[in-house]
Amino acid sequence: MKTDFKHIQAAHCENGVTINLLQSIGVNKITEPLAFGIGSGLFYIYIPLLKINNGPAIAFRTQPGLIFKRTCKALDIPVVRKKFTSKPEAEKFLQECLDAGQPVGCQVGVYYLTYFPKEYRFHFNAHNLIVYGSEGDNYLISDPVMENTTTLSRYELERVRFAKGALAPRGQIYYPKEEKIITDDVIRKAIKSGIKKNAHEMLNIPMFFIGVKGIRYTAKKIKNWRDKLGPKTAGLYLAQLVRMQEEIGTGGGGFRYIYGAFLQEAHAYLPNNTLLESSKLMTQAGDLWRSAAVQAAGIYKGRIGSQADFDVMGDYLLEIAEIEKKAFESLAKIKWQ
Amino acid sequence: MKKEEIPQDNGALNKLTKEVVYAVDKDGNYSTDLSTGWEIKTTALDVAWDDIAQRIAAAKQKVLNKEASPLLFFMEYRLMDIAIVAAYSGFWKLTIKQHLKPAVFEKLSTEKLQRYAETFNVTVEDLKNMIVHED
Repeated sequence: MKTDFKHIQAAHCENGVTINLLQSIGVNKITEPLAFGIGSGLFYIYIPLLKINNGPAIAFRTQPGLIFKRTCKALDIPVVRKKFTSKPEAEKFLQECLDAGQPVGCQVGVYYLTYFPKEYRFHFNAHNLIVYGSEGDNYLISDPVMENTTTLSRYELERVRFAKGALAPRGQIYYPKEEKIITDDVIRKAIKSGIKKNAHEMLNIPMFFIGVKGIRYTAKKIKNWRDKLGPKTAGLYLAQLVRMQEEIGTGGGGFRYIYGAFLQEAHAYLPNNTLLESSKLMTQAGDLWRSAAVQAAGIYKGRIGSQADFDVMGDYLLEIAEIEKKAFESLAKIKWQ
Repeated sequence: MKKEEIPQDNGALNKLTKEVVYAVDKDGNYSTDLSTGWEIKTTALDVAWDDIAQRIAAAKQKVLNKEASPLLFFMEYRLMDIAIVAAYSGFWKLTIKQHLKPAVFEKLSTEKLQRYAETFNVTVEDLKNMIVHED
């Protein structure tokens, strides 16, 4: 059983699942940057006190699941989303979708995701992939971060769909419910609302560890890490920051480049110079995130490690915070025609 | 990031796939290209895994010294904290903390050991003896 499906590789898994599923219902105009921007995907959070893998809990993008949800909502496409307590029920539902010719998105854990290299297999439960068919005992898998499609056995797929721990997927399946014709006007409206929401989340959430404020908070923390944690743990923390920043396919820019690309594509729909200027600022921010990662690597490789080196690292983040603040403030002020 | 700055180092993911990245051309326009990986990221992963190896070795020594039960070793080996073990095994976190004591662990019923064995994806015998097979 194979659904009519074309695999497109993307930089990030949830963007990729979103555009692949939209294509499956005939929506071809939504590119990865558009999905990321309309879904208000750019974010920053440093959750205080929480530890993940013995290090800081940091994310550079919005909460898992939201990009798909918001993008579909903004385009007025109804979505089916189901979670399961029973494994047989979960598989039955999946099989019914495939029989009906519907490829589906699944949230999975990567620890037991057999085709991933061991180095990437942590207990991270918010990876996304598409199941687009079955062949004998195997399911056909389109993992958007990969160049080619792959397969998982029934057992392997069940195990990753029912991974446990934080953000446990609980067999979660989702897909757009019906075919839809999306006009450029709908896209324009979705772009505007996506930008507005993203600016709000980066600038105005009244919590010190979220958005631009969160980047500043991290800068302050980093400057204290050496004294507070000792050089070894401080190095591990910085390595974790870089791993979260990079995930897969963000080119080191912590998703800022994808957002920069989005603003350029937005400009094609809504010619407004602020979009291009802000895109340049996002590129600058991404470049600085990369430089910060290089600085961090110097520390976790043990090549450098004085307090001055930690201060330089923190200062990079302060500079980034200013640039992203400026970009989103101008975006928030755009008077659309 | 400019097109020509896209890193083409040897990354862990490179065994499986190249990654899509977004970068600007000389006119500042964005498009995608493929990257084989970035050394900075690879080293960050290496640092994380070196630390895990050290934690596993330290846990093993603690078990051999009878300061902890084999659960500690397998928790480190499977990168699990108590919350994840609780989610997979169905035991309460406080119960697991008790089971981390060697004297309590030794008295566990086969049924309870089996639950831990499934959690860590090993056999009961291997669980008791800290034996792992690469998978």
